[in-house]
Amino acid sequence: MAHAEGHHAHADVKPGAHDPGQQHPLGIYFKIWGLLFVLSIASYLVDYFHFQGLLRWFLIIVFMLLKAGLIVAVFMHMLWERLALVYAIVIPPLLLVTLLGIGALDGKYTFFTRGTYFGPDTTAPAPAPHK
Amino acid sequence: MAHDATGTAASLPQAEGLQGIVSDLSSDQRAFKNVPWGKPMMWIFLVSDTFIFGSFLISYMTVRISTTEPWPNPSEVFSLTVFGTNVPLLLIAIMTFVLISSSGTMALAVNYGYRKDRRTTFILLLITAALGATFVGMQAFEWTKLIMEGVRPWGNPWGAAQFGSAFFMITGFHGTHVTIGVIFLIIVAMKVWRGDLDKERPGFLTGRKGNYEIVEIMGLYWHFVDLVWVFIFAFFYLW
Repeated sequence: MAHAEGHHAHADVKPGAHDPGQQHPLGIYFKIWGLLFVLSIASYLVDYFHFQGLLRWFLIIVFMLLKAGLIVAVFMHMLWERLALVYAIVIPPLLLVTLLGIGALDGKYTFFTRGTYFGPDTTAPAPAPHK
Repeated sequence: MAHDATGTAASLPQAEGLQGIVSDLSSDQRAFKNVPWGKPMMWIFLVSDTFIFGSFLISYMTVRISTTEPWPNPSEVFSLTVFGTNVPLLLIAIMTFVLISSSGTMALAVNYGYRKDRRTTFILLLITAALGATFVGMQAFEWTKLIMEGVRPWGNPWGAAQFGSAFFMITGFHGTHVTIGVIFLIIVAMKVWRGDLDKERPGFLTGRKGNYEIVEIMGLYWHFVDLVWVFIFAFFYLW
């Protein structure tokens, strides 16, 4: 946050002046740009090399979160914003994980009941449903 | 940092960490001081848009988990045959690179905007818009190809019927966001070109004075569009 302090000091010279903008040397944008390309290639290779199972999911999610994090932090300047703004913006979407968990649980249950009640009759007399 | 102002509109010394958050939000004053108001407003809009795309992606997850029909294999569905070989996800990979490049040019445009380099900012904004339009064109090509192969919201030749509706809803909303972004990029580029931001000329719809922050705010929207694509790419095409 030292970066931000420097810029605030700049702006306070003229009261009411706009923040001269979070100007950073261009190099960082090119580096992150390159990093995003590398991560995208890596994501594509996960499919190209036919990774399967848990490793596939893990890699997909890790690369996705890294790319998302870099875009939000650097390209969208979050790294240099006030902490209050960062938390106000980042925490609500994280709470979506709860909805994701509920959706996954509910989906699995639906899949299970569809298999139980609508699937082929693999046993002799089907047991009476208890629910 | 010395201050004459006694009002709370001026910046206050920023405490570190949690204390900083507490002082930002307490004492009956404006939150997010020293941040031009347009920025938090765009961020708050992006949070709401995150919930919209989040609900689409989570409901896609739910129908995919719960369907008893096998889900079509995206590697096969979205592959292209070029020069005789079948390359999986080729168009999607190109679309991803196009969008990431447009994010890069957008970040550069914001930087040059604050340097008040109008010409470079204008060119970078137009390149960003062109890349975005290219993306939409490729997505339209993808839609046409799939529709011709028989994908409908209610069924497709390869597997679970929900594949089509999930695909068209999610990519349709995303493509619409990209298109709107392209239009706004051109508008902002014109304002930069005409010097409206240097002269702080009032805007057409608002009457408020414009300045180079609107390039950064436009950038936030554009990076969000790229961000959503990162999630769609991971969850829909790769999974």
